[in-house]
Amino acid sequence: MKVLVFTESDEGKIKKSSLEAVSYAAEIGQGTVAMIFGVLESSELNKIGAAGAKKVLHITDSDFEPSNIMAVSTAIAQVFEAEDIELMVMAKSSLADSVSARVSIKMNASLVSNVTDLPDMTNGFTVNRSIYTGKAFAKTKLTSDKKILTIRKNTVPIGENGSDPETVLFQPNSKGSDKVVKVLSQEKISGDILLPEADIVVSGGRGLKGPENWGMIEDLAAALAAATGCSKPVSDMDWRPHHEHVGQTGVKVSPTLYIAVGISGAIQHLAGVNSSKFIVVINKDPEAPFFKAADYGIVGDAFEVLPQLTKAIQAAKE
Amino acid sequence: MKILVCITHVPDTTSKISFVDQDTVFDKTGVQFIIGPYDDYALARAVELKEQLGGSITALNVGFAETEPTIRKALAIGADEAIRINAEPKDSFFVAHQISQVVKGGDYDLILMGRESIDFNGGQVHGMVGELLGIPSVSPVMYLDIEGNIAKLSREIEGGKELLEVALPIVAGCQEPIAEWKIPNMRGIMSARSKPLNVLDPFEDEHKTVVENFVMPAAKSGIKMIDADNVGELVDLLKNEAKVF
Repeated sequence: MKVLVFTESDEGKIKKSSLEAVSYAAEIGQGTVAMIFGVLESSELNKIGAAGAKKVLHITDSDFEPSNIMAVSTAIAQVFEAEDIELMVMAKSSLADSVSARVSIKMNASLVSNVTDLPDMTNGFTVNRSIYTGKAFAKTKLTSDKKILTIRKNTVPIGENGSDPETVLFQPNSKGSDKVVKVLSQEKISGDILLPEADIVVSGGRGLKGPENWGMIEDLAAALAAATGCSKPVSDMDWRPHHEHVGQTGVKVSPTLYIAVGISGAIQHLAGVNSSKFIVVINKDPEAPFFKAADYGIVGDAFEVLPQLTKAIQAAKE
Repeated sequence: MKILVCITHVPDTTSKISFVDQDTVFDKTGVQFIIGPYDDYALARAVELKEQLGGSITALNVGFAETEPTIRKALAIGADEAIRINAEPKDSFFVAHQISQVVKGGDYDLILMGRESIDFNGGQVHGMVGELLGIPSVSPVMYLDIEGNIAKLSREIEGGKELLEVALPIVAGCQEPIAEWKIPNMRGIMSARSKPLNVLDPFEDEHKTVVENFVMPAAKSGIKMIDADNVGELVDLLKNEAKVF
């Protein structure tokens, strides 16, 4: 099976979730082809090879900026045809949702999102996907000849032993009708670890009493090289920006470790984090429902526990 | 301004999820169904835009008669009329195909829906509808304003947002804080009863995925409690058991 991987970069670096998608594809097919948009150094392209791709199509034409969903979808459809692709894999992201959907229509392909394991190809092509915001899974069969999967973080480990890929500068044919959405401006944090990409997330809730106390959360996150998140009330009260809101109507995360501080654990919050591998809950209320969903728990005052924990982690890492 | 708002009929966010018939059918026993929370944001913004610009709102749902109380709620909140496609929403492609057929017959300026449904979380339908109609799709949209024939939107991206401008018609997948959810008032509830709810047969029976069965996640093995004075124990567990550093 010939597999294509759509990869994304952030500030000149290939996203880890995209490298995971490459390794996922390499488990399924031979001669995995990856696509990457934007100007990147060859060392970054080689990471895609290390993760398992044999060939990288590098698209540097600025008509195909990653945020131009219609143009990117057009380019992908051209690669589908040119490389005789049967399956496309991409990491779940806000861009992947729109792009995968548009390409599925262009290619008449079956599309499944939030895939959590490798396909079972013994009788057709079947995958498990997360549904009901992580409360269950659906074993789903893709019935079209062409197929597209968006995979959830932490589905397979990232490979590191592949060789440098054949890198080809690819020039898609652009269509005027794809250039109708104008990007006026972009506001983005820089330097920080992106929440959906993070292996470790430290989140704070109302128990922290105010935005001025977020330094403790940031210190712990820095010690762990983690991203910071928050509960819905915290983002509703504008203590933290909306893109940090973790939960049913916010960002859904599946990191290796999720640390919740001063969050009681409403079912809507749990829905956004329950596929984390390990969950730590720190709360002064021993009856907080979050403890029922956790692996490790501390009943205690965040203002006392957090600084101690940060120090102990810094010491352990030295 | 003619607005189509596509709504899903989904279990309340607090519902316990379980399955019957050898894990092939969702167990609806005791489950409260609601308008999808993201769709509810889309509907709320549609009501605000109509107050500002005039026009009409049509609510659309793909589902059997059991979804009608949910559709009536959308009418009570402020939709002027509703369409129900009388079919099981088999997969995203099937639903997107139904929506695109309704749009083709209706001359809509704006097609709004939630960024994803909260049952299957696909997040696919807005992009598919856009592509089927050959028009732009934007998601997840946190802000939407209309000036003449131009939509101004902000879309959430990882770690921030971008501000976009695009000519109508467009499809938008919405999320908070695009508008505050609206609670229907008594007048809305009364008038919803007499607003038109048209039931249509599905346009072709096509789908591209099949759910074979459902699986429940493995239960957590139980929590290990650590004394607040002994954070070192937690650090050991994170290092040696969770292996995060």
